[in-house]
Amino acid sequence: MTLVLLTEQLLNGIQFGVMLFLMAAGLTLVFGVMGLINLAHGSLYMIGAFLCATVALATGSFWLGLVASLAGAAAAGAVVEIAVIRRLYDRDHLDQVLATFALILIFSEGTRWVFGSFPLFLDIPPVLQGAVTLPGGAEYPLYRLTIIAIGLLIAFGLYLLISRTRLGMRIRAGESDREMIGALGVDIRTLYTVVFALGAALAGLAGALVGAIQSVQVGMGEPVLILAFVVIVIGGIGSVKGALIGAILVGVVDTLGRILLPQFFALFMEASQATSVGSALASMAIYILMAIILAVKPQGLFSAGA
Amino acid sequence: MKRETAINWILGLGLLAVPFLALWADETFYVTLATRVAILALAGVGLNLALGFGGMVSFGHAAFFGLGGYAAGILAIHAFNQEPFLTVPFTIAGTNDMIVIWIVAILVCALVAVAIGMIALRTSGVYFIMITLAFAQMIYYFAISWPSYGGEDGLSFYVRNGFPGLNTLNPIEFFLICYAALMLGLFLSARLRDSRFGAALQVARQNEVRLAATGIAPFNVRLVAYVISACMTGLAGALFADLNRFVGPSMLSWHLSGEIMIFVILGGVGRLFGPLAGAALFIVLEFYLGGITEHWQFFLGLILLCVVLFVRGGVIGVLAGRRDHG
Repeated sequence: MTLVLLTEQLLNGIQFGVMLFLMAAGLTLVFGVMGLINLAHGSLYMIGAFLCATVALATGSFWLGLVASLAGAAAAGAVVEIAVIRRLYDRDHLDQVLATFALILIFSEGTRWVFGSFPLFLDIPPVLQGAVTLPGGAEYPLYRLTIIAIGLLIAFGLYLLISRTRLGMRIRAGESDREMIGALGVDIRTLYTVVFALGAALAGLAGALVGAIQSVQVGMGEPVLILAFVVIVIGGIGSVKGALIGAILVGVVDTLGRILLPQFFALFMEASQATSVGSALASMAIYILMAIILAVKPQGLFSAGA
Repeated sequence: MKRETAINWILGLGLLAVPFLALWADETFYVTLATRVAILALAGVGLNLALGFGGMVSFGHAAFFGLGGYAAGILAIHAFNQEPFLTVPFTIAGTNDMIVIWIVAILVCALVAVAIGMIALRTSGVYFIMITLAFAQMIYYFAISWPSYGGEDGLSFYVRNGFPGLNTLNPIEFFLICYAALMLGLFLSARLRDSRFGAALQVARQNEVRLAATGIAPFNVRLVAYVISACMTGLAGALFADLNRFVGPSMLSWHLSGEIMIFVILGGVGRLFGPLAGAALFIVLEFYLGGITEHWQFFLGLILLCVVLFVRGGVIGVLAGRRDHG
């Protein structure tokens, strides 16, 4: 285990965490502002990836694909909000779970219907290919560094949006008292649609960015969705700051666990056994992390309400 | 007779009639379909205890379903290979005896449920949903990355486990075992619901402070209900493994947790026979849509969506009207 390898893995963890943040930010906003559990958030991620891959393959430009994924996912989010989600705000969580589970079935199977079962592949744009030499001698892919930068920029942008703008003020107000801001003349229905579309756009962006690293396929959103839920529960529901810190924590713990745990067990076990124990524990690591955090702080690290 | 009671009778007797009609019409496949309904309904009956009566939205009941399944699979494999499961500190041999397997499955689920419940029940609402999911995911990934029992590929065992006096390979006899288990689960649910404990559980859902004021700790009531609920779902899992003669990580996946939850919601949350109605409707839909189009999941999703949006209270709610109380 060299320092170079450790740096690389740490960066991989942060990159993964930043991705999770893009997913989790939308989830936590929708959760915090509207009190809605949206299991179909992973479908918006998938839509973003498919749109980006399709447009990039058709036009040859990754950037056009990225724009298409942002716009498309936001549009899909708005449509879903107006057609379905709007009717669920007043329902209990059970109805929301069932309805959004149904949406997953519709989106996944719909995508398979249109694109078939074969995965699509998306190339990293030429400008971002290659690696950067980091201080300390580690070589790191430029594309992944870009993802980290984009993610952090968006985190900062979201912070500004929520704490400094009129829209952000309304979002925060909607979080604490929806009747009151309604009475003050804010159009809540539109506000909710905008928040939902914003979250969808972020998920779509995450899908598009990841599409160039992994294959784009039906069902790709579900593992990420579960992780994003872990993130917002760890961070505290409704807190964007909690989502960022939770996401990076989860990303780093997951990535480093996969590298370090098998080696740790190899110190006092035979190799094959150490690999299986280590990898079993590594894939459980974030859930163990979550259980410990919730056992100590049942409302998450940065609980917004309550 | 109340309308809901009549519907319950129709559902219960209807399910019993299906395999016999199927045999008479020489369509043995429907016997298996009815067995599936009975088993998955039992899993739902288990979840309904926690979710419907106790208001604990567990999004991780597949954990118990899968644990029950793995208990059956692992014991059967050890019996097949004739090597003991454990030698230290004492010997546990594999077995093909369903009754022993059920007891093991129930005990394992009870132990795990106590551990999960102790932590998860400290939280509530969305946090409870997510922490139960997290624990289920832990077990799911554990099963995937543990190669001794099949890992990602799961475990196949070639002979269905035995029940004294019955030939479990005969579809109708196996159905009767599963049906009896379902009826026992329903009977137990009804008895629990109408007992003092059930009353406490429902008060814990409605007003925790009031329950605490009467000197009953809501936490303990919830924990006991959660554990019983887990045991029932685990028993269903053991039967499911026997039905397919296979157990794999898919039995532990969050998709399955979602499906069990759908049975409960679709049938009517907190209704005694709700899970049976829900499981039957879901599986029949799945079966018929699957026969019509390759993209049946799309239409299943649409139908489910319409049910949630436009039909309140699930199947039993629509058929029987409002609940009297609870």
